[in-house]
Amino acid sequence: MFPLKKIITFFLLLICVTLFAQEVKMVPIKGGTFVPLYGATTKKPVRVASFSMDVYPVTNAQYLAFVKKYPDYSRSKMKGLYADKSYLTQWESDFSYGKNNLSNAPITNVSWFAAKKYCECQGKRLPTMDEWEYVAMADEKRSDARTKEEFNRYILSWYEKPKTYSNPVGQTFKNYWGVYDMHGLVWEWTADFNSIFLSGESRKDKDTDKNLFCGSGSVNATDLMNYAAFMRYAFRGSLKANYTTKNLGFRCASDK
Amino acid sequence: MKLKLTQNQKEILKKGWSYLFVLPILILIFASQSCNKKDVVDKDKPISDLSIYNLPSKWTNQNGQNVEIKDLRGKVLVMVMIYTSCKSACPRLVADMRNIESRLPDNIKEHVKLVLVSIDPEVDTPKRLKEFAIANKMDGDQWEFLRSTEENTREFAAVLAVNYKKIAPLEFSHSNIISVFNAEGELAYQQEGLGVNSDETIKKITEEAVKLN
Repeated sequence: MFPLKKIITFFLLLICVTLFAQEVKMVPIKGGTFVPLYGATTKKPVRVASFSMDVYPVTNAQYLAFVKKYPDYSRSKMKGLYADKSYLTQWESDFSYGKNNLSNAPITNVSWFAAKKYCECQGKRLPTMDEWEYVAMADEKRSDARTKEEFNRYILSWYEKPKTYSNPVGQTFKNYWGVYDMHGLVWEWTADFNSIFLSGESRKDKDTDKNLFCGSGSVNATDLMNYAAFMRYAFRGSLKANYTTKNLGFRCASDK
Repeated sequence: MKLKLTQNQKEILKKGWSYLFVLPILILIFASQSCNKKDVVDKDKPISDLSIYNLPSKWTNQNGQNVEIKDLRGKVLVMVMIYTSCKSACPRLVADMRNIESRLPDNIKEHVKLVLVSIDPEVDTPKRLKEFAIANKMDGDQWEFLRSTEENTREFAAVLAVNYKKIAPLEFSHSNIISVFNAEGELAYQQEGLGVNSDETIKKITEEAVKLN
């Protein structure tokens, strides 16, 4: 009786360990509609279908495993078309992130091409901008906390904090969906980052511009939330696909 | 055992005669192949780091033929991203392309390919691209219209630094950029905006194409 129990628990443990060792944790995100704060060309809600998202951004250790498997993406082999010169500069060498980088800190200094390839090699993809923003509007308790002043202050205070990119993943709050680090750690690539128009070409976002730049005297929660989102969209709008910077990482998503 | 071996050897010897005839022919074939290689030495050169010919994506052109970007290697490419149902910016972008083409010096025309890439692959079927080409008098060999999957298109736009977004069915917002690539697929120049002066663009195309004469 006793040994049988032991054997069963042993096998259960074994199964659990192998399962968790192989799979990077993802959580299901239930689809829905929302009105993106900025970059929306109409005020109509955007529909996001149900999908799954990585709980954490991709880490140095995970990216190292990828580079070892696909040496074309190592620092010295990476093609100029796919990444600029600062690609993985913080690493010690092609196949070592060195002592100055934590294994569980988010990988940064990666281009959009590299991030996209990484996710494809895991059988996943980069989240779309709408998907990312949809998950990012949740705080600990609510799926949409954008009108909460405290939530917006938290996001904006992070924008002012230096060097959060060297922190380990999973130390910011766990949001409504069970996802960590949407705010407070690094900026993240999205699949369609290059669909943003903040310059003269944007035709229908003038209204939002006015809201942002000609704010009335008082700053309320809505202004803060617009500002926080504006920062993200403006940052994405300034990117090119081969750019790499030390505060920009990524995570993957998948259709169900 | 021994007997068998010698029989085999005999057979080999017999065949050996025929090898004597085949060998020179084989040598000739190999020799001519290496000569051929010399002719297309350009294409055997490794693709440079910054070249768009690194892109593995597959495309279809207005004639329904399958095209890889690297098939265009060896020509100076003038590229733009459009969609055929577009009513505002694209007609002007297309006019800019036609204007550039018409102003190219005759002695370099054969080295230049003008490529229009659809950002709306769902609507822009090869048939539709063909109709568009004919309607816009862009039906010559120098014109290439391409479409691929949504994902490949997004990636290609990323390479060209073209931003685009679908804002309604049959309506996209997109950057107005005409890009010039040299024969090795490296970005040589970008013209931004609508109806801008194309002098600099034409100068760049000519500079790159003259090298191929």
